[in-house]
Amino acid sequence: DIDGVGHKYCLELELEDVLDKGSTVSCTAEVLYQLGSTSTAPDVQVAVAGELRGTEEADKEFYHRIRSLEKELVAENIPDSHGNVPPELEPIHLLAGVASGYVIWQNSTENTKFHLAQVKHVKQVKRSDEDLQFDFVVLLHEMVSQ
Amino acid sequence: DKVLHIVPETFQQVQHLQLLCNTLMLDLWKPLLPEDIRAGEDLHIRVPAPLVQEVKDSLDQHMISHRVLIPDVQKLVDQSMPRERSSHRQVSRGYVYTEYHPMEEIYQWMTQIQKNNSELVTQHFLGKTFENRTMYYLQISQPKNKPKKIIWMDCGIHAREWISPAFCQWFVKEILRNYKTDPKISRFLQNLELYVLPVLNIDGYIYSWEKDRLWRKNRSPYENGTCYGTDLNRNFNSSWGSVGVSSNCSSDVFCGSGPESEPETRAVAQFIKSKKSDILCYLTIHSYGQLILTPYGSTTKPPSNNEELMRVAKEAAAALTGKYGTSYRVGSTALILYSNSGSSRDWAHTIGIPLSYTFELRDTGTHGFILPANQIQPTCEETM
Repeated sequence: DIDGVGHKYCLELELEDVLDKGSTVSCTAEVLYQLGSTSTAPDVQVAVAGELRGTEEADKEFYHRIRSLEKELVAENIPDSHGNVPPELEPIHLLAGVASGYVIWQNSTENTKFHLAQVKHVKQVKRSDEDLQFDFVVLLHEMVSQ
Repeated sequence: DKVLHIVPETFQQVQHLQLLCNTLMLDLWKPLLPEDIRAGEDLHIRVPAPLVQEVKDSLDQHMISHRVLIPDVQKLVDQSMPRERSSHRQVSRGYVYTEYHPMEEIYQWMTQIQKNNSELVTQHFLGKTFENRTMYYLQISQPKNKPKKIIWMDCGIHAREWISPAFCQWFVKEILRNYKTDPKISRFLQNLELYVLPVLNIDGYIYSWEKDRLWRKNRSPYENGTCYGTDLNRNFNSSWGSVGVSSNCSSDVFCGSGPESEPETRAVAQFIKSKKSDILCYLTIHSYGQLILTPYGSTTKPPSNNEELMRVAKEAAAALTGKYGTSYRVGSTALILYSNSGSSRDWAHTIGIPLSYTFELRDTGTHGFILPANQIQPTCEETM
């Protein structure tokens, strides 16, 4: 409890590699929820003890695969009702997870607990440069409706 | 039907859009309610096919730019349906317990289970859902040589928690396959009767198969049919409507128009009340969270037999973890989750059932409600 500022949490966590289960990295974090203000995202500082595995190869492969598509990528309901994600959409699912992480962070307070429930819709946006752009509609579940 | 994407620029546009949504009763996908429409923020509205032209004209008239986000909603729904399911499913022998089953197959399964195990199983009528579907529970008991206490378990009170009905089916299957050979189960059945309700919220479950995978509530209409569904686990008569609920029908935690306002709730409550002096344990199965929750949700004041409740729950959690290492937390809802009122578990305890628990099965958020079918087996095995 920091008077006049807010609540600070000091955490020790283990990060598990989503693509390589069993591979973990320790890290520490400090999260500061500001007093009164529920519209500012909590302040987060993270220190990773060790190396995060590089993903350049997988990134490149994904990039080239998408660039070589004839039409812009469109997909819905990832995962499907039975929890399945087609392998070629796995990277899209992961990207959605990362993007959702940002949105969740921006909307988190001490009383929220968000998870990505499903990617409702994703559409690749056509661009004139060489970047990839995706438009996601994601469903985030907030624990209060359990 | 189309879904339109609009970013209103001015307050006048916001007002016009709100008017449009309210008068035409359009399905707002984002935000949830018309009053949450803001200038500069994304608006997604589903417009039924017959109204598309009218809506587009109205938007053009007010110079509200829009684009089509989803040109054909039905096509998306069709695409997202599970693949062709083989039409003949031999139940009990060929019934695949490691897959999720639609309600029709679960009805057939119940009939078959009773037929194949008639010395032990009887299917009983419990009540009807709002959409007039029959609710059945299975009674598993050996011939009565003495009065026996009852353990009640219901699954599927929340439509989207598919792993829950899957567990009820698995549970029944396991008991029936092993009661002769497993000494624990056989002792169980010598002394107790099991009542299992595989799907409580049948209308909601069907809706989550056919229309909206993440539907939670039942399907009773409110506000002249513009809004659907009561959260059945906020509808029981235990501190009803006090905390952790919404009186707004469009909320996922809408508690209904009064305690036991819903036919599904009444069907369960009436039955349990009639047998309450014989019911030893009330179990209600949900997902997700990996929790064993004890009363209460509406207050942090512990129930009178809290010590016993916690002890039993902790033993259960330990046994569960022993199987595959899955960790479950144990405690009262108000303390480890959040406050809520009107839950079936709290109600069961207040009418005198000593052991009353909510199980929140796998997982903790990675897949959430959409737990892949390949986790049905380990989840059910550890929970057994």
